[in-house]
Amino acid sequence: MTQMRIAAARPKAMTEIPFPYCPGCSHGTIHRLVAEAMDEMGITRRAVGITSAGCSVRNWRQFDCDMVMALHGRGPAVATGLKRACPETAVFTYQGDGDMTAIGTGEIVHAASRCERITVIYVNNGVFGATGGQQAPTTLIGQATTSYPRGRDPRTSGYPIRMAEMLAMISPESYIARVSVHDVKHILKAKKAILEAFRIQIEDRGFGLAEILAACPTNWRMSPVECMEKIPADIIPYYPLGVFSRGKEERAA
Amino acid sequence: MSEINFSKLSEKTLMRGNEAIGAGAIRAGCQFFFGYPITPQNELFEYMAQHLPQAGGTFLQSESELSGINMVFGAAAGGSRCMTSSSGPGFTLMGEGLTTLATARLPAVVVCVSRAGPGLGRISSSQADYRLATRGGGHGDYQCLVLGPASAQELYELTYDAFALAEAYRNPVIILSDAILGQMMEPVDTDVRRRMVATKAEWAVRGMGEGPRRVIKVAPHTDEELVAWNRELKEKYGRMNAAEQRYEALGTEGSHTVVVAFGSTARIALDAMHTLWSRGAAVGLFRPISLAPFPEEGLRQLLDGGVRRLLVVEANNGQMLDDVRLAACGRAEIHHFGTGGGHIFSPDEIYQEIRALTEAKPVRGRQIREEPQ
Repeated sequence: MTQMRIAAARPKAMTEIPFPYCPGCSHGTIHRLVAEAMDEMGITRRAVGITSAGCSVRNWRQFDCDMVMALHGRGPAVATGLKRACPETAVFTYQGDGDMTAIGTGEIVHAASRCERITVIYVNNGVFGATGGQQAPTTLIGQATTSYPRGRDPRTSGYPIRMAEMLAMISPESYIARVSVHDVKHILKAKKAILEAFRIQIEDRGFGLAEILAACPTNWRMSPVECMEKIPADIIPYYPLGVFSRGKEERAA
Repeated sequence: MSEINFSKLSEKTLMRGNEAIGAGAIRAGCQFFFGYPITPQNELFEYMAQHLPQAGGTFLQSESELSGINMVFGAAAGGSRCMTSSSGPGFTLMGEGLTTLATARLPAVVVCVSRAGPGLGRISSSQADYRLATRGGGHGDYQCLVLGPASAQELYELTYDAFALAEAYRNPVIILSDAILGQMMEPVDTDVRRRMVATKAEWAVRGMGEGPRRVIKVAPHTDEELVAWNRELKEKYGRMNAAEQRYEALGTEGSHTVVVAFGSTARIALDAMHTLWSRGAAVGLFRPISLAPFPEEGLRQLLDGGVRRLLVVEANNGQMLDDVRLAACGRAEIHHFGTGGGHIFSPDEIYQEIRALTEAKPVRGRQIREEPQ
């Protein structure tokens, strides 16, 4: 009889509830990476996750840890209050680009500038997903959405916001990176970034943020495979991958 | 709530109303203050900045009132005793936070030191945020408990009590003050309340540890859950509305006419009342202390006792008037004497208004008559 061994299993930090997301959606992959990171760091039992408005509002059912629902864009403010009240917890927000980059810019900018000891999982798929594919501040120039079917025109809608670069400028004590989950190699790199974004909080060194380029096949009107090809072809050229802030730096005098 | 015995000789401290709120909060064991500068509440904000860290708490200046109320949400979710404060323009921004705190059944104390609106208005005093505060301030079917103090002593005591009420009902409690009360200085006896320390709430999220996981929800997963949720809130608000009505009635016995006023206007009206009483006039003063729930039971008792005419005096164009009408339900002749933002009543103006009314013949029947100001 052949000896059987488990090569891969559901992370402990994840419930058994099936994902509610569309086929090809990147949330499933990213949820798993976050749960694996919590397991590996042994922080699940002191973790508190904060959901945002959008598709991922339902992730309080997916992560098997304490969870708090926040209002649209306010995750970093809720995380600030919670972390200050309970410094022993590992607090993470899970926010989409509509949530963080549109209505929640004030909250994320100031949480980053305070170098708040929280971890931010920022999922950037370039559209408002839950409401049906409207233009987000991250939508690429020329990309068609339900609010601008002829494509984003910078004359009327401005330019896509690169959050990782912007936040790195104002957050001296931080780990801020942009990663992608379009293939296995990049998924493994994304996992490392998520671990770092948690580690800087746990070690009380600063603010952690992993921006993750993600696919939304439903609202991009593409097959999952086409989406995975679009990310390196069209999206990474505008949103370069990399680490934009690494650990503690000297604050300006 | 556990209490620490604390005994010393009673002594009064001269305090600004805004500072009395801060002192009451710290006495009640407030651990966190999140806020944003706005006149005329800055003395409260600065009092907390100076005194809360000394008492072992945390003061954090937020980047907006939106963020401040959401920081309160986070700290409350973690089981902390916390508060924020603002004035009308900022209090408006807190609407989304108030409805969400109520939905999530989280306790918090929110102070509104009203200024004159509408819009950005001016920083002079008014009571124009009555409707905003008593109707909740945000969207959806929820209620907040609203207390309307009328002196520095009461600001101290009611702020203190607000923390206990917020935790008892797991609901936000609003202190509705104004620029006059916030700025005026009066002696406050701080020993009338014992020092409280916050206890850890069972429902708080602090990481599940070895226990089951907890979720602070602001949205139900199914329609059935939402129906049950609203039913539970309705039941709670019913209990709250029955148990938390507070008021003060002065000289109402044997009076046919009663002035209804709250907060700073009640203080100004009281001056006019003393003049009237010294001249033998049979006029009473009914002062709602809880503004939501409005003390309708107390008002109905006055009507049962023979009061036939009510004069609602308030520093706005007619907001508490609605609550008086609902409580009186056609059983009294109702008059309104109000002033919009920018003007502060003098005792003499109120005195003249009452004189003019009491010297006029009472109107029989169930007629409701309102005098334009």
